[in-house]
Parts: sequence; structure tokens; C-alpha cells
Amino acid sequence: MIEVNGLFKKFGKNQVLDGLDLVMGDGGIIAILGPNGSGKTTLIKCLLGMVIPDKGTIKIGDVPIRGSWKYRSGINYMPQIADFPGNVKVRELFDMIRDLRQQPDRQQELAELFGLGPHLQKRLSTLSGGTKQKVNIVLSFMFDCPLLILDEPTTGLDPAALIRLKELIREEKSRGKTVLITSHIMEFVAEVADEVIYLLEGRIYFQGTVDELKKKTRQNNLEHAIAAITATPENA
Amino acid sequence: MKSVLLIFLFFLLPSGWTQVAGQVEVCPDCAVSTIKKGIEKAGVGDTVLIRKGTYLEYNIAVEKPLTLLGEPGAVIDGQDKGEILRILADSVTVDGIEIRNVGTSYTTDWAAIRVVKSEYYRIEHVTLKNLFFGIYLERSDNGKVLNNTIIGDAKDEYNSGNGIQLWYSKHVEVRGNHVQGVRDGIYLEFADEVVIADNVSTKNLRYGLHFMFSNNDRYTGNTFENNGAGVAVMFSRNISMTGNTFRKNWGSAAFGLLLKEINDAEIRGNTFEENTVGINIDGSNRVVYTDNHFIKNGWAVKVLGACYTNSFRNNNFLYNSFDISYNSKMNDNVFDGNYWSEYTGYDLDKDGIGDVPYRPVKLFSYIVNRTPETIILLRSLFMDIIDFSEKVSPIFTPDNLVDANPIMKRRQ
Amino acid sequence: MLKILKYSFYDLMRSRWSYVYFLFYLMLGFVLLFLNNDVSKAVITLMNIIIVLVPLIGTIFGIMYCYNSKEFTELLLAQPIPRRSIFLGQYLGVASSLTFSLIFGLGIPFVLYGLFMSDAIFDFSLLLVTGAFLTLIFTALAFNIAISNENRIMGFGYAVLLWLFMAVIYDGLFLISLVIFEEYPLDNFSIAATLLNPVDLSRTLILLKLDISALLGYTGAVFKQFFGTNAGLVISAVMLLLWTIFPVWRMVYVAKRKDF
Repeated sequence: MIEVNGLFKKFGKNQVLDGLDLVMGDGGIIAILGPNGSGKTTLIKCLLGMVIPDKGTIKIGDVPIRGSWKYRSGINYMPQIADFPGNVKVRELFDMIRDLRQQPDRQQELAELFGLGPHLQKRLSTLSGGTKQKVNIVLSFMFDCPLLILDEPTTGLDPAALIRLKELIREEKSRGKTVLITSHIMEFVAEVADEVIYLLEGRIYFQGTVDELKKKTRQNNLEHAIAAITATPENA
Repeated sequence: MKSVLLIFLFFLLPSGWTQVAGQVEVCPDCAVSTIKKGIEKAGVGDTVLIRKGTYLEYNIAVEKPLTLLGEPGAVIDGQDKGEILRILADSVTVDGIEIRNVGTSYTTDWAAIRVVKSEYYRIEHVTLKNLFFGIYLERSDNGKVLNNTIIGDAKDEYNSGNGIQLWYSKHVEVRGNHVQGVRDGIYLEFADEVVIADNVSTKNLRYGLHFMFSNNDRYTGNTFENNGAGVAVMFSRNISMTGNTFRKNWGSAAFGLLLKEINDAEIRGNTFEENTVGINIDGSNRVVYTDNHFIKNGWAVKVLGACYTNSFRNNNFLYNSFDISYNSKMNDNVFDGNYWSEYTGYDLDKDGIGDVPYRPVKLFSYIVNRTPETIILLRSLFMDIIDFSEKVSPIFTPDNLVDANPIMKRRQ
Repeated sequence: MLKILKYSFYDLMRSRWSYVYFLFYLMLGFVLLFLNNDVSKAVITLMNIIIVLVPLIGTIFGIMYCYNSKEFTELLLAQPIPRRSIFLGQYLGVASSLTFSLIFGLGIPFVLYGLFMSDAIFDFSLLLVTGAFLTLIFTALAFNIAISNENRIMGFGYAVLLWLFMAVIYDGLFLISLVIFEEYPLDNFSIAATLLNPVDLSRTLILLKLDISALLGYTGAVFKQFFGTNAGLVISAVMLLLWTIFPVWRMVYVAKRKDF
């Protein structure tokens, strides 16, 4: 359970989060959508404790996260840009994260799944963007955590890898985990998401299932529904 | 001829057959229990043998030629009452006595041993402790002061005396003495033709060795360490200074060697090490400096006032904070063929002489002369940049002050 | 924290620049000693290099590392590790790898040359300790700049400016003020001004060994107290320590409140 209460955050003159309230239940795949600059990444980073809100509280599993860091052992995070220290080999990166977290993992299985075997001894700076993203995926799925946060997970993936990613996400869901996803690929969202949160100007503009959204906007296609949502009056 | 024979007889005949018989023994329990009595009883040329023991005496006068020979442990204690031994006759020898507790006076220069208007004296193996003046030679020529040890505990200049003082005394040899803890270790005033050799003068309040109005003297092989200032040579001519060591004379007015109004001197083969100022030169002309070593001094050579026709050749200047410092733009002195550890030039023709002249005066030394606190910026990058630009185009430093032939390897 | 330190350190130890830095000092040491054959002269030249080059390299290296490891830092931030550990670990990783290069780069030639037999060993160790402190200080300052400036170009600019100011401009202003106010007693001012700049502070610390004869030439009582006794050495060492601790503390303070 994630509870966000009256979250404010300002970057310079830019009010990114403007009194955001949000409750998310356990389990299921939740897509956070919204136009550029609507505060998606900021919200995620607030959840991770990377951005410190000006005001408001966040509770994850009934525990306020402010000033704490231990709760992060229950979160797997996949950042948007997969850039790692260039001198390090893939194998060493995995080992390092495992060493840092000291939790049981399934890195080996995942690495094989994404065909990273031949790359393990390569330095990260020599990898292609797609391969780096695969490394990124392995890193964020290797631990058994109740909450997964994926920021634009599909970037740079080949179709095969994309299919595996979707399978992975569903698998996690079937284990009763909560998966938060941001993505610009609406097809992907429509396919995997159970619930959609639409952010606009730092507030929740819509929260509900994909079907509810389609119904509300009277569109058959998520992409069009999203496009329509901002055009319709607030209480529509 | 007759007179020579007479003198010969006078000295040699008595000592020839009275040497053994002419010995007076003094000891605390003997019939002769004081030195004064012993001297009284002794005949001309006799030896007064002072046995081990402490003799509480002062104002002892020696008015005839004789030898005062002290056994080890023979001590005269003056109890701070006044002068101890006064020699008023020629050919007196004082040997092996220890003298303690000379009185301090603000009106009279009381000394442990004073020689007055006498010649052919010999003072050796004497130990002086807790003294005011040590050995005071007054209008006494042709004597020798050898291998004595003088250890004072002077605290202030105004109520302390000098270790060995020569006043109007010529042809004296001062050799192998150790002087410490007095005002001036060795002081010469109007003393000509004197040789000062192989002495160690250390921890004295003022100078290790001090010349005033004394000419044609020579000092060699001495060590001056940790004095208020090493050696001061003032208003004197033809002084030869060779093979001495000046070390660790530290302080705001401290220097290894001070030359004030000195003409025609020779300074050769000395070592100046870790002094605040190696040589402080003030109004001195025609002085020749060769084969000296200046090592790790604050200022190796500091030139003040007008100094003409001095020459510095074949010296080693090693790791001094400043090699040469001038306080004027004028230069009439010659620097040639020295080794400078800071020299960064090259020797393409391999003749052992740097192809680029060396400028030993830094702009920074001018700034420090003007504002002493700036010393704290020594060796900063900013100062190095300023010094470099001054070296390229001299504005404040004398532009003819260069060593045109700096040698590439230090002289041994 | 130790784990972060370990990974940062290994990461840097494998980077080309660490080798360049290490080899530079190694060559410098050999050239100074074996072409010159004179330990005293080598120590003086080294001092000039240490007080100028070490801060520059510490600053540039520190700022480069900060900006280049931005993504790595963000990766770590999402892990269950306190921020203090992440930043302290990275800082110590950079600072220790630089110190390592410095000490071994210079140490090896000196040891081979037979330093342990020479009486310059104390001067030399003082040089290394001061160099290590300067590395710690300027790396910390660079981290501070990087953490407060998202813009790399600006950050680099500030870093170079910082070095230029500490190494050159500060002394220029210092000198000018001394000369302008020469009629006033300046003892306390000069010592304070020295303590406020770590480069000057390190230089003074080394001067106390190399040029004590010249320093004692000055008449001021405060100077005399400072240079003539161990007080100078102790105060300088304490100030260097403060200069290290304060920027590190500020780095952690800012990092804890910063958004990534």
C-alpha cells in the first residue's frame, strides 16, 4: 500500500507537484501517465527518496519514508537512462549490486533469459544501448521485492526482449507484487496495465482502470483516450 | 749581545737547577694551604703545584714569573666576591686550574684571570665556570691562550662579560678553546696581529667572536654555532677569515658573519650553514670571498649600504631561501664562477659553465626588506611568477648584478 | 560506505587517469633524483609541485568524477543505502586513489634512491602528508562544487577558478594588502590569512622545515611564537584537518537535502 498525502515540490519557479494525493493498493500493474513535465518522474523519485518533497507525506506499507533508507530494500527501481560506470564489467556490476543489497536474487536466470551471457565479461562502456537496457532490466528484476518501479522500461529494446519484459512484468504481478510503470508507448501500457494514473500539472487527473478511462472518454483506443482526457471537462 | 745573554741566564739558569727544588706545593691540609701563600713562598720561575681541593680565595696577584700548575680537581672558588687571578709579571704560566664564581660588578670588569701589561704568558687547560669576564688580556702582548674551557651561564647582556677578551694586546695566539654561555665568546679591541684558531664558540648571548678596531688578525678553523650572532668584524682592516664554520645563528638580528666598515679582508673556505643571514655586509670594500659554502641560510649574503669592489668567486650557494639581497639598485661587486643550486640554465657546450647568466637577487628579497611580514609568502607560486618576470626584465634589482659564468657542478 | 568506497576506488584504479597521474609522479621522482642526485634540491622542487599541482589535480579529478558518475550515483540512490554513505564513499574513493598515486608515485623512486638512509626522510614524509591533505581538501571542495552545480561547464569553470584563486590570486591579494598596510602590525593578519588558505597553510608547514632560518629573521613576536616553537606545526596541522572536515561535512549536508 502506498499512500501519498498533499505532496508539493517546486523546482525553481516550477511547481512540479502541486498537492498530490494518491492511494495505491497492493498488487497489480499501475501505469503513471501524463504529458512531459507533469511530474511523473518527480513522483517516482519522491517515492524512492531521491527527490525530497517540500511538503506532504509518503507512506509505503504504513511507514513514512522521510529520512529513512531501509525501506528501499523493498523496492526495485529501473531508471530511465541506463548508464553505468564505464570501467566496470557487467559481471562486476551485478556482483556489486548484490553485494550492496545482500538479498537473495535470480540474476543468473535473468541474464540467461535476456541473452547477456556473452556480455558478462565486457565493460559497460562497450555495450550497445539495447544491451545496457537489458542489464538495467536484469538489475531491477533480480531481487524479490514487493514494489517495482520502472521508468520507461521499453527504451531501446528489440521485439524479443520486449516480449520477455512483458512476461516478466506479468509474472511479477502474478506473484502479487505492485509494479509502477511510466511509459510513452501506449500500446505497451494498454497491454500490461491494470490501472492508470494520469498526472497533469502536479495533480492526479484521473485514476482508474484502462476500461474506465476508455469509457469515460468514450474512446476505444487508449492512445486516443489519453489524447481526449485533457480535452474533456474535469468532471466528465 | 750582553743583554741577550743576561736574559738567557735570567730565564734558563734558575729553571735549570731550581725546577725540582723550586716547587711549592699547595693543598688544603698542607703547611701551605692557600694559593696566595704559595705564590708568596715561591721564587722567580718556580712552580706552584696546587693539589686537589677547593680554595676559597680571590684577588690573587702574581707579581713574579712562575708557573701555577693545578692538579685535576684543583678549584679556586671566588664566592662571587671579585676578581680571582691577576697576572702582573711576564712569563707566567697558568695550567690546569679550575676557577669558579667570579663576582659580578657593574663598575669593574672582574675577570677570572686578568693579565695586565705582561708578556710571554701562557694560559692553558684552565676551566672557568660561573664567571663574569673569563680571561682578560690587558695591554699584554706575545701570549698564548690554549685549550681552555669557559662555561658561563649568562642570561642578559648588560650584566654579563666576555669569555676571552683582548684589549690593546698584540701577537696573541688563542687556540683550541671552548667558550660558551657568555656575552661575547672572544672579544678583540685594538688587538692586532692576533691568531684565533680551532676554537669552538657557542651559545653565547651576543657574538661568538667580535673584532673592534683590530687589524691584521687571522682566524681560522673555528666553529661558531648557536650564538646570538656568529662573528662580528667591525671597523678593522686586513682580517683573514678562513676555514671557519658558522652554524645555526638564528634570530631576527642574527647572522653568521657581520662585516661593518671592513676593508681588505679575505674570506676563504668557510662554511655558513643554516644561519638567518650567512654574511651581513655593511659598508665594506675590497673584500675577497672565495671557496665558501653557503648552505640553507635564510639569506646567504645580505648587502647593506655602500659596498665597493668586493668579489665573490668559486663559492657554493646551496638551498638558501635567498642567495643575495641588496637594498639598492647600485652594484659594484663581482660575482663570477659560483655554483648556485637554484640555477636552472643549461650548458650546451659542455664546458662546465652555464650558458645563461644567473641573477642571484630576487625581487622578493626587496619586498621582504620593505615589508618583513611578506616573508610568509616565500616560495608561493605568485612570488615565483613575480620573480620570474623580474628576472626576464629587471626593474628593481641591479641589472648588472649577474654571475656570467655560473658553474654547473657544485665545488667540493 | 566501505563498499561504495571499495567500488569507487577499484573503478578509479582501473581508469587510465589514475595511471597517468601515478606514472607522472613516478617519472617526476626518478627524474628529480637520478638526474639531479641531490635529495635536498629534489625536496624543494617537489614542494613547488605539490602545492601547485596536487590541488589542481584534486579539483579537476574530483569534479570530473562527480559529473561522470552521475548515473552511477542515481543507481546507488535507489538502493537501500543512506546518502551519507554514497557520497562519503565516493569521495573517499576518489581522494584515496589520488593519494595512493601520489604517495606511491613519489615514494617508490625515493625509497629506491635510499631515502631511509638519508636525513631528508622527515622533510619528505611531511611533503607527502601535506600532499595527501591537499588532495583530501581539494577533492572535497570539488565535490562541493559539483553537488551545487548541475551545469558541468559552470562546475568546471568554478573548479578551475577555485584553484586559480587559492594557488595564485589569493597570494597576490595577500601581498598587496601587506604592502599597503605596512605601517600597521601585521603579524596576526598574516598568520590568519595563511591559515585561511589551505595552499598557503601547506606551504607554510613545509617552510617551517625548509626555510626556518629565513623565517626567524623577522622580528614580530607572534611570528616568532608561531615559527619558533612547535605551536606553528600544531596549529597548521589542526587547520589542515579542519579544512578537510568542513567541506566533507558540507558535502554530506547538501547531499542529504538535494534532489536527484
